[in-house]
Parts: sequence; C-alpha cells; structure tokens
Amino acid sequence: MGIEHISGKDVGGVMLYALSTCQWCNKTKQLLKELGIGFDFVYLDLLEGNEQETALSDMEKCNPKGSFPTLVINDKRCIIGFQENQIREAFGT
Amino acid sequence: MTLPVITDAVIDATYQTLKKEAAEGGYRLNPDSDFTKNLVRGLLKNEQRYGYRACPCRLATGKKEEDLDIICPCDYRDPDLNDFGACYCALYVSEAIVTGQQKLSPIPERRPSRADRKNPQIMTLEGSARLTALPFPVWRCRVCGYLCAREQPPETCPICKVKKDRFERFL
Repeated sequence: MGIEHISGKDVGGVMLYALSTCQWCNKTKQLLKELGIGFDFVYLDLLEGNEQETALSDMEKCNPKGSFPTLVINDKRCIIGFQENQIREAFGT
Repeated sequence: MTLPVITDAVIDATYQTLKKEAAEGGYRLNPDSDFTKNLVRGLLKNEQRYGYRACPCRLATGKKEEDLDIICPCDYRDPDLNDFGACYCALYVSEAIVTGQQKLSPIPERRPSRADRKNPQIMTLEGSARLTALPFPVWRCRVCGYLCAREQPPETCPICKVKKDRFERFL
C-alpha cells in the first residue's frame, strides 16, 4: 500500500522514494513524467509505522543517508537528489 | 486523519512573515516565489502534523527531540548557505543566488544518517574541551552560532529567533 504507479514507457523497475512536501521530490516526479517514463513512487511522509519503516529501510539500502528524493533504477542504480542531468542520461534522453 | 486545508491566504501571510524575519536577520528567502510558497505549504503541513515546522524535504519522526535539528531554520542551514548558496530545501538562499551570480543546484544531505544520529559524539559537543573555571556556562545556538554566558540559554535566540531547546552547552 502507498505505492502508486505512473504509466509510461517501460524501462524496467523505476522507484521514486519521495516526500509529499518536498519540492525537489516534486521536480523529480515532474521530470520523469516529462520524459514519459513509467515509474512507481511512494510518499514516505504519508506512510505510518511499519509501512514507513519498511519503505525507509529499503531506500537506505541504496542511500544510507536516507535523504529525498531517492530514485532507484532496476535495483542497481541510485540517483540521490534532483540530479536532472543524471536522470536524463539514465533514461537516454 | 484529515487535517484542515491550508489556504493560499495563510500561505501568503506566512511567506510574508518569514520573508520579513529573514531580511531582519540578514537572510534571504528563495526569490522563486512559487517554489518558496510550496515549501511554506510544506512547513505549515508539518506544523499541523507534528506541532512544529519540520523541514519539508526531510522525513520527520514526529518525536520532537529527534527532529529538533531539522526544525526550520534547521541546524544545517548556515553551513549549507556557506557551501552551496542555499539551505537543503532551498527556502533560504545566499545573496549570490538572489542576484543570479550563482545557480541553484541540488544540495547533498549534511544531516547524519539515522544510525549516526544515535551517536552523541556526532550529534553533540559532548566530550569536546570544556573550561570549568568560568563564572557562567556558555550556551551556543545550534542554528546561528550565537553565544551567551548565563545560567540558562534565553527563551528565544535574539539573533535567529529559534527557541531555547535549540541551544547547547558550548563551554
């Protein structure tokens, strides 16, 4: 629960860990939409208890700082923060 | 639980207050007013949820003692302004950003990780040199660095206006 999907081009698993109040997270989400990428996202500040802890622990595996936004691509690549160039490059645009 | 809607009027009023207070203290709000008002909305949302204005770009626990360092203005604002020209969420920016001499870019997280935050040696001045022969303890504001020598820190920092609980024993 809590994970939402935005439909678009299937490039494998793309997961955005974000906060509903964070403007850098918002910019990242908008960029992914602009690129037409299909992705999942979750707002951790809207989760509670175990759900939040599970999502945060998953995110910390690739970003031990636990900062937002964290974008995980195919469980391999992790882009931390609104790194526009890195995000565009990762999706070949 | 549904919280009351935060109206544009309330956001505008808070934005104006923060802008005025920032200017009085020698700080600047981000001139991108749409971006900044969205951050203000986040601050107000966090105030509703937690009872204090936790940084909109960080995950608060809802336990005030664990979130003190990220209550806006956060403990990391001034060092980030020095190093990157903006605080982590970019509510506060430097003069160079305002005048366009410097471009705003994503700021790496300076706050220690969850694991590191449990370590008092990382989070406090505990263990640092302390003069014991002083007639008064010296208190330091963790936000702006203001120092004062008195029995207890002031209720409100006279420089940056944060509350007493943001002070630490310095000497």
